Amino acid sequence: MLSYILRRLGAGLLLLAVVTMVTFAIFYVVPRWAGRSVEQLATMYVGRAPTAEAIAATVERLGLDRPVVVQFGEFVRGIFLGAEYRFGRETIECSAPCLGYSFQTYQEVFPEIVARLPVTVSLAVGAGILWLVGGIAVGVVSAVWKGSLFDRAAMAIALTGVSLPVFFTGLLILAFPVHSWGWFDTPRYVPFTEDPWGWAEGMFLPWITLAFLHAAMYARQTRAGMLEVLGEDYIRTARAKGLNERSVVLKHALRPTLTPIVTIFGLDLGLVLGGAVLTEQVFSLNGIGRYAVSAITQSDLPVILGVTLFGAVFIVVCNLLVDLLYPLVDPRVRIR
Amino acid sequence: MRRVIGGCVTTPMDAPESSQYADPEAVAAGARGAENRSLRQIAWQRFRRDKVGMAGGIVVVLLVLAALLAPLLTAWFGHPPTQFNQHLIDPLTGGVLRDPDNPGPGVDLDPWGGIGAQHPLGVEPVNGRDLFSRVVHGARTSLLVATVATVVCVAIGTVLGMTAGYFGGWVDTVISRAMDIFLAFPLLLFAIALVGVIPDGAFGLTGNGLRIGVLVFIIGFFNWPYIGRIVRGQTLTLKEREFVEAARSLGAGSAHIVFREILPNLVTPILVYSTLLIPTNILFEAALSFLGVGINPPTPTWGGMLENALRFYTIAPHFVIVPGLAVFVTVLAFNLFGDGLRDAFDPRSSD
Repeated sequence: MLSYILRRLGAGLLLLAVVTMVTFAIFYVVPRWAGRSVEQLATMYVGRAPTAEAIAATVERLGLDRPVVVQFGEFVRGIFLGAEYRFGRETIECSAPCLGYSFQTYQEVFPEIVARLPVTVSLAVGAGILWLVGGIAVGVVSAVWKGSLFDRAAMAIALTGVSLPVFFTGLLILAFPVHSWGWFDTPRYVPFTEDPWGWAEGMFLPWITLAFLHAAMYARQTRAGMLEVLGEDYIRTARAKGLNERSVVLKHALRPTLTPIVTIFGLDLGLVLGGAVLTEQVFSLNGIGRYAVSAITQSDLPVILGVTLFGAVFIVVCNLLVDLLYPLVDPRVRIR
Repeated sequence: MRRVIGGCVTTPMDAPESSQYADPEAVAAGARGAENRSLRQIAWQRFRRDKVGMAGGIVVVLLVLAALLAPLLTAWFGHPPTQFNQHLIDPLTGGVLRDPDNPGPGVDLDPWGGIGAQHPLGVEPVNGRDLFSRVVHGARTSLLVATVATVVCVAIGTVLGMTAGYFGGWVDTVISRAMDIFLAFPLLLFAIALVGVIPDGAFGLTGNGLRIGVLVFIIGFFNWPYIGRIVRGQTLTLKEREFVEAARSLGAGSAHIVFREILPNLVTPILVYSTLLIPTNILFEAALSFLGVGINPPTPTWGGMLENALRFYTIAPHFVIVPGLAVFVTVLAFNLFGDGLRDAFDPRSSD
């Protein structure tokens, strides 16, 4: 068991290292391949209408003219120990964990991300619970009543659901129930600590939008898994020894079905926590994803870099958590 | 086996990790009294009976035709996709007028966006470009990017999947780990970043040529593990089969076994899963265009039209529906078609 945990931790760290390297490569190496000069690259980090002096200072500060390996070392050092940016006499502190400094807004990126985190977490967690519970429930009922009207309707809806992008469902909700018919107020974020009811009310439509797509997939997956498990011999044994159908389905069949779903849930939740870019964009929720999207229109590269790295960390951490929780769901892992 | 990025599905559903794939002999054995039919004939007969799958396939063919013939269709209706029709638009709100020839007192907007004989799907708000023409032209971009990206996925996935499955050992470990790592990337954010850092004129490409190149690269380069896993699983089972054993005992080298014995048996599963990867890639392209990092305007794209619709849904609700339905119908048709193909080739489905 200990060796399992250690191996998973090791794999998580390795994954984190690789993701950091790739992120670094995208921002510092790919532009050079694509033919940007060191000065042009520096310009993207300084901001609008920079002076030649500022550009030279940025080249110097970011060490863009040094070997890639050295730059990567500096980049990692900044994450752990913080960085300092010197422009002439002015020194800007970027305290650890320094995910970059936006020279357009003159703000450190990490605190800006943290400030937007509650929005994204509210969206992800609320939608996550909805799609997990909803998807599994529909999938189980569909599998048990295979071929019934419920099953056929649910699977038809699920197939529709996986073909509907959130930016279309979100827009439909905004255009009709919200705007034309006036059933709901325009979604907005109210901090939970201020007004729990207002929080749930404001996030309700984004939750539904984001959860629908995922629930559709989870329902299909659960149904397929359940049908396979229900055909196993041990289920027949359980029925033969006189267990009632409820405990056959909920205790014996559901558990092995859940194992792969928990894995996927970890990955999906990690991705959504790292920025539900499309949902946030449609509903104008100022979360992490929207922060990155608005940064691109201003070519504010440090922000995009910071968010990308932050999102990657979320995915790695969620994966790791799932791996560590796995033995609880699947006892076979403990023996290995 | 599939993942979601910011709410955008990026893989085919229910793709099995290892193979539950059509083992040609099993299919042949399952189809009793049909010794003379090949696997493909059997699958085709099954597929023909699958009405939903057939409907999906027909829609896919129509869409491809529409995309190919877009300039002809547009010429027939007489509205190029970038032609402004300002006379249909209320200059104050940017909405589409109900009766442009006769604008009475007060503003009278048409919530259906001027759908009529002239403009079968209405016009855009603000500049009045013909929506039918833009949707049909949007299909070209969408299908082009999705298809080319799928080809890239298939190429990388097949090569690496076969290498991992055939050689096994540490090669397999490294490639399988790499597939896990690729699945852990925040794809949408990476795509946004890449579009941001690559300057115009890079790699000798400019404008939309460059954008298409970048999109194809991102989608193809990060989505290959789905095909890779399927190919790896298939190769693992195929390499233990008697015909491979026979070839080896006759002295065939690795190259012969991989290309002549194993690869031909992989063609069918690869084609089927490619069909399921295309809708995923269509959604991804639409998502990127929606975020403003896809193809540049004024080239019509479905995602770009939806991005505009986000600004004008209060005055032109029809503008949401037209490009949105285009994406939905296309993706659904490909999904139904792909599901149907998969079932037709699946030896476990009843004949």
